[in-house]
Amino acid sequence: MGFFDWLFPARRKAAGTEQPAPPSTAGGGSYNRSVSRRDVFKILGGAALTATACSTPFSSKEEKELARIGWEEFFQKNYREMTQEERDQVVQRLEQKARLKRGVNVNIKNTPPQEGVLFGYAINLSTCRGYRDCVKACMLENNLDEEMAMQYIRVFEIKKGKFDVEAGEAQYGHEVPAEGNFYLPMQCMHCEEPPCVPVCPVGATWKEEDGIVVVDYNWCIGCRYCEAACPYWARRFNWQEPSIPNEKLNRDQHYLSNRDRQKGVMEKCHFCVHRTREGRQPACAEACPTGARIFGNLLDPDSEIRWILENKKVFRLKEELKTEPKFFYFMD
Amino acid sequence: MLEFLKFVIAGFREATRGQRLYHLWMGTLTVFILIGVYFYSVQLREGLAITGMHDHVSWGLYISNFTFLVGLAAAAVMLVLPAYIFGDIDFKRVVLIGEGVAVAALIMCLAFVIADMGRPDRLWHMLPFIGYFNWPSSLLAWDVIVLNGYLALNIVIPFYLLYSRYRGRKADPKKYLPFVFISVFWAIAIHTVTAFLYAGLSSKPFWNSSILGIRFLASAFSAGPAFIAVTLYFIDKHSDFKIEENIFHKLGYIITVAAQINLFLLGSEIFKEFYHPTAHSHSAYYLFFGYEGHNALVPWIWTSIILNVLATATLTIHKLRRNRRVFLVMCLTLFVAIWIEKGMGLIVPGFIPSQLGEIVEYFPTMPEIFITLGIWALGLFVFTFLVKIAIPIELGYLHLKQSSTSTQGVEHA
Repeated sequence: MGFFDWLFPARRKAAGTEQPAPPSTAGGGSYNRSVSRRDVFKILGGAALTATACSTPFSSKEEKELARIGWEEFFQKNYREMTQEERDQVVQRLEQKARLKRGVNVNIKNTPPQEGVLFGYAINLSTCRGYRDCVKACMLENNLDEEMAMQYIRVFEIKKGKFDVEAGEAQYGHEVPAEGNFYLPMQCMHCEEPPCVPVCPVGATWKEEDGIVVVDYNWCIGCRYCEAACPYWARRFNWQEPSIPNEKLNRDQHYLSNRDRQKGVMEKCHFCVHRTREGRQPACAEACPTGARIFGNLLDPDSEIRWILENKKVFRLKEELKTEPKFFYFMD
Repeated sequence: MLEFLKFVIAGFREATRGQRLYHLWMGTLTVFILIGVYFYSVQLREGLAITGMHDHVSWGLYISNFTFLVGLAAAAVMLVLPAYIFGDIDFKRVVLIGEGVAVAALIMCLAFVIADMGRPDRLWHMLPFIGYFNWPSSLLAWDVIVLNGYLALNIVIPFYLLYSRYRGRKADPKKYLPFVFISVFWAIAIHTVTAFLYAGLSSKPFWNSSILGIRFLASAFSAGPAFIAVTLYFIDKHSDFKIEENIFHKLGYIITVAAQINLFLLGSEIFKEFYHPTAHSHSAYYLFFGYEGHNALVPWIWTSIILNVLATATLTIHKLRRNRRVFLVMCLTLFVAIWIEKGMGLIVPGFIPSQLGEIVEYFPTMPEIFITLGIWALGLFVFTFLVKIAIPIELGYLHLKQSSTSTQGVEHA
């Protein structure tokens, strides 16, 4: 790092969430701060630009419309306290915003939880090979920021003979499966007693009726208390403005899942709300080449996940903390 | 109303006048504040990515300073309790200074919290009724109540006393004593709530301990009065407000006993972590000895422990404590030691190793350091400003009718 680099703070990668592949990027992302000339100009010019932007009249109709949307968003209520009608208006506004900002049509749903559904996940540790196809599928499905290399799923490589996630290595960059190891994927456990929920000072995160722990990205104040409270390190913060190019944008969205996020707010795995509430599988389950991921409705006695709970010896991580995760592990 | 306006104008005039040293001091602080404001504007635009924090260590320098300063604010109670409630004449004279420290510390606390927020524009979400105030379940919501309440108490009580004195009237104890009683309990509450904010997290074994609350209080009641003692020395030196020897003696007792208790509690924690280390001791290992080759905080915490032991041992010896120069140096030593211990030494190891055992260290960046310095400068600015007005009123130089100000105010605090 050059001596004067600190004068021009640049965008950088979030630590420890490097791309799973190719291996060359693993491990070094923590303090990478490359400063491009463009960034320098942007920062130096930024102050002047913001000063003039306030005094000049809006140049175009789009900008006027975006400013109006910005105001309305500022006064938007907590999603939990909205009526269905208000929720409809909010997603329409977000679709309009995407049209104006990105020039694309996105479909933002606000499907409520379905009756008699409680989602759960089970991972077969005997068949997981550590390919991390789930990680990649999740990043694409959920429009995760590439610059920060945000990831919701973390796969740990653990030496056989131990059963300790803390002794595992999440940043392996070699061919898998590696001899003498097994693989353990982790993501949000969607606890029945989620420690992240009560700590939020503004109630911006909560557990839905179908058991999914969600975040209202428009209500979060970015204090990161939930990130400290989660025993599974499942939450992620937007340290900078997240960006995803249009050509990679998944336009099938939900208010509580993969719609455009903002700088300074939390996000996390949401069991692909936009898919699963329509009876589809989450992207990670669909992507798994070995069939190690079983997702389903815990309240449906005929579901595969119920069969596993009844016929396999399942366990959960950090059960001593009484968080009651709905994320199970088993072995054949 | 007119009287009040006169009071404000006279106060403002007093605060903007002084000798060259005073202007130099306030000018320097202003420069630091402005540098901090510049970097904060960069942070607002670019996001918290310009700090050294990341998803592994998601709280850093800001929250560390916040935690320490809550203790500094709470320490005013150590002057308030004897002065107002036990009627201690010596303390009564300096209690306003203690309350000034509390106000400045609380303003810094609030500034650090806002600096740490990802979306300060959404602060209104916390307002009860208008927003969604998650009370009583979130300890942060509790913290908002206790910090703002304590700030209000520490503004209202001294304001009433000074305003009465300015108008040449006797302050009515019936009007202010009830608030003084509340503020005593409130002071203990602010630091307890802040400790519980950490102690309540089952995800962090390093913080999840019942000793944390009492340790916070012990360290606060040594570092806080130590800071007040140093400021009193400067006030004594640079103004007509003379501080009697007795006050330093009494403060010395409080500081020493609190520091001794704090060291004992530190020892208890070290014993528990290292007698039979478990997976829950990894953070303590990281802090004190380094863990798996990572040891950024090791020199930092040992500096703190050495300073802490040195100051506590020196202050324990009556002869040394009664020597003004030794006493002041040791007060500063203790202040620095506890700033390290209750700041980065407490917050950062809570995140290392992470909940999943991964180790990513934390180093504050320059913008982050300048924002921090700016907030400290703001606190010192506010404190000097308050003291500069309070002292001539206390001394009777500044009062109604003859609202021309003193010739010899405080130069420096």
